[in-house]
Amino acid sequence: MKKALLLLLLLMAPGAQAAIETHQFDTPEQEAHYEKLIKELRCLVCQNQNLADSNADLAKDLRRQTYEQVKKGKTEDQVVDYMVARYGDFVRYKPAFKPLTWALWLGPFVILAFGLIVLMRFVRSRQTEPDNEIDEEKLKKARELLGDN
Amino acid sequence: MNKKLVYLAPLILLAVMMWFLVRGLSLNPRDVPSPLVGKPAPEFTLPLLNQPGKTFSTKDKLGQVWLFNVWASWCSGCRTEHENLVYMKRTGRFDIVGMDYKDHDADAKNWLNTLGNPYEMVAVDRQGDVGIDWGVYGVPETFVVDKKGIIRYKYTGPITPEGINNILLPLVEKLEAES
Repeated sequence: MKKALLLLLLLMAPGAQAAIETHQFDTPEQEAHYEKLIKELRCLVCQNQNLADSNADLAKDLRRQTYEQVKKGKTEDQVVDYMVARYGDFVRYKPAFKPLTWALWLGPFVILAFGLIVLMRFVRSRQTEPDNEIDEEKLKKARELLGDN
Repeated sequence: MNKKLVYLAPLILLAVMMWFLVRGLSLNPRDVPSPLVGKPAPEFTLPLLNQPGKTFSTKDKLGQVWLFNVWASWCSGCRTEHENLVYMKRTGRFDIVGMDYKDHDADAKNWLNTLGNPYEMVAVDRQGDVGIDWGVYGVPETFVVDKKGIIRYKYTGPITPEGINNILLPLVEKLEAES
């Protein structure tokens, strides 16, 4: 009885009643495109969420737009282009690779390469430390001192 | 000399990173630059709020410099902004078309009756589809469109008196001088 009551209370929690959007797709591919797109597109109202996670009104509208376009048979690129034309590159969580974003995409690799070069030079400089070549004369003197003839 | 440089390098690197950090902190994340600036205003035809049966089309405004103000009665920023729009209307220097965004007609009419109507006309976008075409992500937003129908500026957030005097008025004057 207690368990049943608890279950009832849990079901009445606001989270459990959150609307779940249901969309009908013609093919599983379309559904996959849709799911991928709403994860890659940013909600501009709550800026650190994607369209999939956001409950903002605008996110709902943009999900609807995405759904309608996917359903019409638009490709992923076409939908992304549609959003970028209106909201700018900011709408993409995965920025395009273009001159403006070169630093963003390549920067980490440049820094990594720089670090590797510095590391290699450091390691090498330790390896090439001069061998302790003792000249003959000093060796002779040492032997004499040690009395080991 | 060379050795000194080696010791200075991390410091310089840190300074560069600090610069980016400080710059990043002072940016307003809500100020998303619109890709539509410099592009033709998205065309639409929508019904008018106060004139049943009539519509507004972006084509009607070709040859004029006009402001396109997106607002809604549920938006608190719009309330802050409204008296400034009324002031703009009084100056007679601005031609403002409003768009009531995802709102109820009754609420919008009530709003205009109590706060004053600064708009030449008000188009109604109940679904928010035209809003999406214009890249609207948070009301209020105001676009300045030139005589050729090109969007020349986007003002995000409530219009302030400073915004009118420093940005909108000089811009509209400049655009009116264009052929």
